[in-house]
Amino acid sequence: MKRLPVALLATLTLAACSHPAAETPGATKPAPAASVASAPVKHPAAPAFAPPADSDIPAGPLGDEIRLGRAIFTDTPAQAHDYVGNGLSCSNCHLDAGRLANSAPLWGAWGMYPQYRKKNGHVNSFGERLQGCFRYSMNGKAPPLDSDIIVALESYAWWMSKGAPNGVKLAGAGYPKQDFKPPQPPDYARGAVVYAKDCALCHGADGQGQQVNDRNVFPPLWGPQSFNWGAGMHELDNAAAFIKANMPLSRGGTLSDQDAWDVAMYMDAHERPQDPRYAGDVAATRAKYHDTPMSLYGTTVNGHLLGSEASK
Amino acid sequence: MLRTLGLLALLIPLGAGATDAASIAQQGNGKGAAPCMACHGPDGGGNSATGFPRLAGLDAAYLKQQLDDFASGARANPVMQPNASALSEDERAALAKYYSALPLPARLATPPAAKPDADGERLAARGDWSRDLPACVQCHAPGGVGVGANFPPLAGQPAAYIASQLRAWQQGTRHNDPLQLMQHVAKQLTPQEIDAVAGWFAAQPLPARGNGP
Ligand code: HEC
Ligand code: HEC
Ligand code: HEC
Ligand code: HEC
Repeated sequence: MKRLPVALLATLTLAACSHPAAETPGATKPAPAASVASAPVKHPAAPAFAPPADSDIPAGPLGDEIRLGRAIFTDTPAQAHDYVGNGLSCSNCHLDAGRLANSAPLWGAWGMYPQYRKKNGHVNSFGERLQGCFRYSMNGKAPPLDSDIIVALESYAWWMSKGAPNGVKLAGAGYPKQDFKPPQPPDYARGAVVYAKDCALCHGADGQGQQVNDRNVFPPLWGPQSFNWGAGMHELDNAAAFIKANMPLSRGGTLSDQDAWDVAMYMDAHERPQDPRYAGDVAATRAKYHDTPMSLYGTTVNGHLLGSEASK
Repeated sequence: MLRTLGLLALLIPLGAGATDAASIAQQGNGKGAAPCMACHGPDGGGNSATGFPRLAGLDAAYLKQQLDDFASGARANPVMQPNASALSEDERAALAKYYSALPLPARLATPPAAKPDADGERLAARGDWSRDLPACVQCHAPGGVGVGANFPPLAGQPAAYIASQLRAWQQGTRHNDPLQLMQHVAKQLTPQEIDAVAGWFAAQPLPARGNGP
């Protein structure tokens, strides 16, 4: 366990070298708008984009489908009940109903698909990317590609991206994880201190969130009602970047880089639902799907083998 | 931590605490604390004309914290500070528990409708993320019914009270909020927005057992 953080830092640097493109300039602030036609430079600033207002959703059947997509996105357990295995909604991780820069907004994703994904080793349509979120982040199952749920979500993402350049990485797309490195290797004990000070107020001392009338007001960060071991948020770089940019809610950008990494590690070193691709035992599953220093799955933290007591 | 305080309050023997608190609420404590009901109403439901807040049904740990903060000055208010300072620690705990256990006054279940205001509803239900402003209901729960010990209900509070607290945070007279969450929220709001959002919450119906699990 003591050795893990050092190994982690080393591989981090390696990983950074194999992805030289630095698309997102700052950790929290979107880049200023850049002219798309400007002469090619070595690291061109990504162009900015502002999505249309909700009040611009058109009337008529297409507008209805877009509105349905928004409803599914913001109240997923109620609107897509059969495909959701926890209490989360898409908008818990993609804030402002999928509109907010630096929280993997839909307008930053739409024009980047079809896309080859290492995760499943083939070219994914946008619809298949959405299916992945249901399977892992929502700990549920994938709605069929031609189902009303996927079509409504696609309609919403398409509408929100109207006018955005196609195939261009926009400022504020994804979580701002490029060049975002921990000054020191992340540490569980320091993360616990950050958690108690900056997170427990809302997500609860036990990480289970807070509910009113059986609905999450503050979503759980681990345990049986949270995202599973296959979800992107269980990887430290995704979690640290999301947290740095967006948490504590309304105070994004106020944590130090170190605090964000430490608390991301603390969060991701707790048990959660099993990876649905579970390959018979934890070691085999780690070797097959989690062979990266960004995943703590199958490693031992505080004397506990993570993944060995995952629910389901 | 706040939760622990809540548990402690529950452990105080019913008899003694309850009696003292009820009599202070009705008559004051004879040492400078005025009868609470004179302002907060015989049913603890507050007074919408004067903007005195409802206390009935609020979380005990939240109420205790506010009384402590008035006493220490972390929450400045010329009316409540002398009252809270004249109460002993035990009396503050007993009064917090007494008011949290009062039933929700029926008169608050269906408040008079506010004049419809798109700005108020938008801020309450969607926020304005271009200013880092979440929807109020993301912290105060849908309908503003409140969440646990840290996020008090806004439904069932007088509009004048909600607006006065937002201004108090803007001016810095109230600065006892955890993680400066409300200072940050309030500083983003214009005077018109304060009135609009206060009016929206004051007009929300208050379901029986709205606050707490
Ligand atoms: C627990 C948090 C969480 C939840 C809940 C969640 N997502 Fe995601 N989502 C992520 C993470 C993490 C990524 C990966 C970001 C990356 O790899 O850069 C992601 C990526 C995406 C992407 C691709 C973004 C891009 O820029 O390529 C889309 C589209 C998406 N999610 C849609 C959804 C939808 C629709 C739902 C609800 C069904 C959902 N997400 C629920 C965390 C979440
Ligand atoms: C003021 C309350 C508040 C605080 C404090 C807070 N969060 Fe959150 N957090 C939320 C809310 C609300 C959401 C869901 C956002 C939405 O739906 O718009 C959320 C979402 C999340 C998510 C994605 C959803 C999930 O369940 O996985 C993560 C991860 C997270 N917070 C981590 C943290 C961490 C780590 C901290 C401490 C540094 C923190 N939060 C502090 C309120 C808070
Ligand atoms: C003279 C009128 C008056 C009396 C008497 C009075 N209060 Fe108050 N109370 C107020 C006002 C006004 C406020 C709002 C203060 C502010 O704006 O910060 C308030 C606020 C409070 C709050 C904070 C409520 C919240 O939602 O944050 C508590 C708790 C409280 N009073 C308890 C008591 C108790 C207990 C007593 C009796 C010992 C009492 N009050 C007596 C006028 C009064
Ligand atoms: C990020 C979380 C968060 C958001 C968003 C938020 N609040 Fe609050 N609010 C709090 C907390 C925490 C408290 C308790 C402060 C304390 O303990 O002193 C509070 C208290 C209040 C109070 C005082 C209630 C009382 O009984 O004294 C009012 C009024 C209020 N909020 C109004 C609003 C309004 C209006 C909005 C939307 C414009 C809003 N809040 C958005 C976290 C939030």
